[in-house]
Amino acid sequence: MTSGVNVAGAERWASALGGAALTAYAIKQLKDRSPSGAALAAAGTALIYRGATGHCPMYAAAGINTVNDMDETKRALAGPRGVNVEDAFTINATPEELYVFWRNFELLPRFMNHLVEVRQLDLARSHWVAKAPGGRTVEWDAEIINEIPGELIAWRTLPGSDVVSAGSVHFKCAPGGRGAEVRVRLQYDPPAGKVGATIAWLLGHDPAHAIHEDLRRLKQLIEGGEIPTTKGQPRGRS
Amino acid sequence: MKALVWHGTNDVRVERVPDPTILNPRDAIVKVTTTAICGSDLHLLNGYIPTMQAGDILGHEFMGEVVEVGKENARLNVGDRVVVPFTIACGRCFFCERQLWSLCDNSNPNAWMAEELYGYTTSGLFGYSHLTGGYAGGQAQYVRVPFADVGPLKVPAGLTDEQVLFLSDIFPTGFMAAENCDIKPGDVIAVWGCGPVGQMAIRSAFLLGAEKVIAIDDVPERLSLALKGGAEVINFEEQPVFDKLKALTGGRGPDACIDAVGLEAHGVTLDAYIDQAKTAAYLATDRPSALRQAIHACRKGGIVSIPGVYGGFLDKIPFGAAFQKGLTFRMGQTHMMRYMRPLLDFIERGLIDPSFVITHRLPLDQAPQAYKTFRDKEDGCIKVVLKPHEITIH
Repeated sequence: MTSGVNVAGAERWASALGGAALTAYAIKQLKDRSPSGAALAAAGTALIYRGATGHCPMYAAAGINTVNDMDETKRALAGPRGVNVEDAFTINATPEELYVFWRNFELLPRFMNHLVEVRQLDLARSHWVAKAPGGRTVEWDAEIINEIPGELIAWRTLPGSDVVSAGSVHFKCAPGGRGAEVRVRLQYDPPAGKVGATIAWLLGHDPAHAIHEDLRRLKQLIEGGEIPTTKGQPRGRS
Repeated sequence: MKALVWHGTNDVRVERVPDPTILNPRDAIVKVTTTAICGSDLHLLNGYIPTMQAGDILGHEFMGEVVEVGKENARLNVGDRVVVPFTIACGRCFFCERQLWSLCDNSNPNAWMAEELYGYTTSGLFGYSHLTGGYAGGQAQYVRVPFADVGPLKVPAGLTDEQVLFLSDIFPTGFMAAENCDIKPGDVIAVWGCGPVGQMAIRSAFLLGAEKVIAIDDVPERLSLALKGGAEVINFEEQPVFDKLKALTGGRGPDACIDAVGLEAHGVTLDAYIDQAKTAAYLATDRPSALRQAIHACRKGGIVSIPGVYGGFLDKIPFGAAFQKGLTFRMGQTHMMRYMRPLLDFIERGLIDPSFVITHRLPLDQAPQAYKTFRDKEDGCIKVVLKPHEITIH
């Protein structure tokens, strides 16, 4: 787990390029005395390291391995722990447009029904608030552990969070002018006890269904500009 | 407002319900001036379509005046006179961009239900069960129209409601059924079912150049309306359909067959009685005896075009005949917006006046009785139009 190649070829190059860009951006931020600059520079350096070595300590920590593309990743995500979900939708937009929409985490509650609010803390870290039973909320912090603009965002919860989760979203051109394929992989490691019950409640009986409906709402929002509904329309007596 | 509400099999009532409001930015609210009962509404009345709920407002053939417009709807204005298509489409997905409007990805709020039954969702429909969205229908004084910047067609003042109302469903549906027959010079088209869609298909087949149209039904007034439209007719109660079709085509068989009957076919053949028994015992959902005949009678290499509605599982389809004869099947809910404007043009040029099918004109209050009259084909009933804002009709 601590050594060896777990990042696939194309992604290595992308990591190296993305890492270089992030480092350059971070250096500029440092010059501008942005407090997040140092963290970004570190993240950028880590991405370059990953691109160069084919090893990502964060992937290893999250149990993610992208060698041999999807099968390997799936196997890694479908490890012994927690809930694993993978789903994909094709959306009539470019990968870049979808990446930009998704990367603006504060918009995620518009199509992810269980979320109340997402607040961006800095470029890499965000604070999440989700609905919990009895009108309460559950909160956690997450950080981006891998990002390739226009292609990939991967994240995990920060140590100490009630919710232990890692996930990624890939954006890829669909063939023949069919827009972009959006593929989400999500792993939850629900803790025992009360919090675990809350997580289970959050995702309903069927987390795959919840994620599927979230992605469908994203498609409806991006393509149609609205989410179709009949809530509030007239009905007769029943 | 007043609306026609479904309460269960053979139980529809006119009730006071709240007025509709704008729920999404691309919505419009339409004051319904004229609406109609569709043959497919009878499948709802008879309890053949799953996922209906007591309280659902029916109606998917309607037109009227725009009285309110959502903030993202740049195409309609208050006061516009519009015909509204029965399919709801976002206009921006893969399918809408390819004019496959009834397959829209984004207009069914209950997409997951359709995915369970059909693998993928199709478009939302007005007043036609929760499987297709659970949208309140237009047999009401007012109706909310979602994605109203895509579907509704503005109609000129010079045409009456009755002349343009059927652009909402049955004229485009009958026309698409005929267009799906790829009619070439000399082609003979057989049409099962002389209800409103069958009547539109007969006239559309002639408009598209059919040599001959043969219409099949057992209701005398429907057969005589088909005769008026230029068709030759077969009364299936009196004549063996297959033999008669061969006789009328010099032994070749019809080049294309249109099943304008759908899932509640009744017939006098053995298979039709078995279907009735099976659906009654929940062993099958649909009764496809017209479709079986169409497949059997169609000439080699011909086309079977299906505007009649099917919802579930069909039993004993003669697939061997279809395969061995190399038949082509074309079907589906109508891609409305492909046809509405060109067909409005047909009406304006006087090539057709779709109001010829109307036999009954009633206020909305009398809709429950009208459903039964239409279902039982009593009183010469072929097509009922309803006036939601009138107390009496002269």
